Amino acid sequence: MRVKIFVLLKNGVLDPQGNAIERSLHSIGYEEVHDVRVGKYLELDIDAPSRAVAELRVREMCDKLLANTVIEDYRFEISPES
Amino acid sequence: MSPETRAVQAAVFSTQHSGLVTQYAMRWGVIIFPGSCDDQDVFDSLKVDLRQTVKFLWHKDELAGNYDCIVLPGGFSYGDYLRCGAMARFSPIMQGVVKFARSGGLVLGICNGFQILCESGLLPGALVRNAGLQFVCQQVHLRVEETDTPFTGAVKKGQVLKMPVKHGEGCYYADPQTLEGLHRNRQILLRYVDVKGRATTAANPNGSLENIAGICNKKRNVFGLMPHPEVACSRLLGSEDGAQIFHSIAAARTDRAKLHG
Repeated sequence: MRVKIFVLLKNGVLDPQGNAIERSLHSIGYEEVHDVRVGKYLELDIDAPSRAVAELRVREMCDKLLANTVIEDYRFEISPES
Repeated sequence: MSPETRAVQAAVFSTQHSGLVTQYAMRWGVIIFPGSCDDQDVFDSLKVDLRQTVKFLWHKDELAGNYDCIVLPGGFSYGDYLRCGAMARFSPIMQGVVKFARSGGLVLGICNGFQILCESGLLPGALVRNAGLQFVCQQVHLRVEETDTPFTGAVKKGQVLKMPVKHGEGCYYADPQTLEGLHRNRQILLRYVDVKGRATTAANPNGSLENIAGICNKKRNVFGLMPHPEVACSRLLGSEDGAQIFHSIAAARTDRAKLHG
């Protein structure tokens, strides 16, 4: 199964990269842009007997390593095909 | 500077260093992670400037032997991949460090070491990208907020220490609840201040919440700070204020040894 994981700084955690990108976008004429947030996108293949097991394992690895839940939120999508 | 050069210069300036005065022989351990870069500086300042017994510890080894204080040095462990300190946390030696800390052992995390301690859950909160986005490399002034800890016991409350910082991800963050806990348990040990000791926005090099530069855990035996005391232990390097942190640790252990033999 193929897993797509999205990690993003929590609301309330300062995102200086997002702010800098927002300013850049404004300076090149995209003034309609607000609230830019920069995160991480990970993809991985996982061997699992079922989708439920894969979900459990992915949630575990996000909590342990892939995200720092003190400052980041995550969500993921699992698709059957690699 | 090579250890030999440091030793020669330390000898030249030996009248300025009396080392740490301890009746008790401290055993310091300095962990080397792949990508650590301040390990040698910590080792040299302890050994050459402060005349202590120090051993390097390899991240892949188990934590074996008796130590009074384990130091997690600065650097870019595991290339800072994913998040600073995120992977070092799972180094084999860190399991020993967590146990050591839980049993009351003294753990000092400097810079990347502070990040690793936060990632490990030994200290609350997290260190994120500097608010100004730039890597900061400068001298800072720090106000000592609490002195009833093994890391600040030899310093006066409110005293201002001068040390350098050098980091890209040193902005301390904690959610409101965690911050309240830090206040309640008086865990904020160091704040960035100006030369007069005022915690102003201008004196904050990285946008840290409430100018926080260093915190300890509830049990007060784990301390993390972004500034580098190890490169502020010699007049040659512009400040000897960092030695007061190491002196506090040695004094605390000496007192304990007197009590418990």
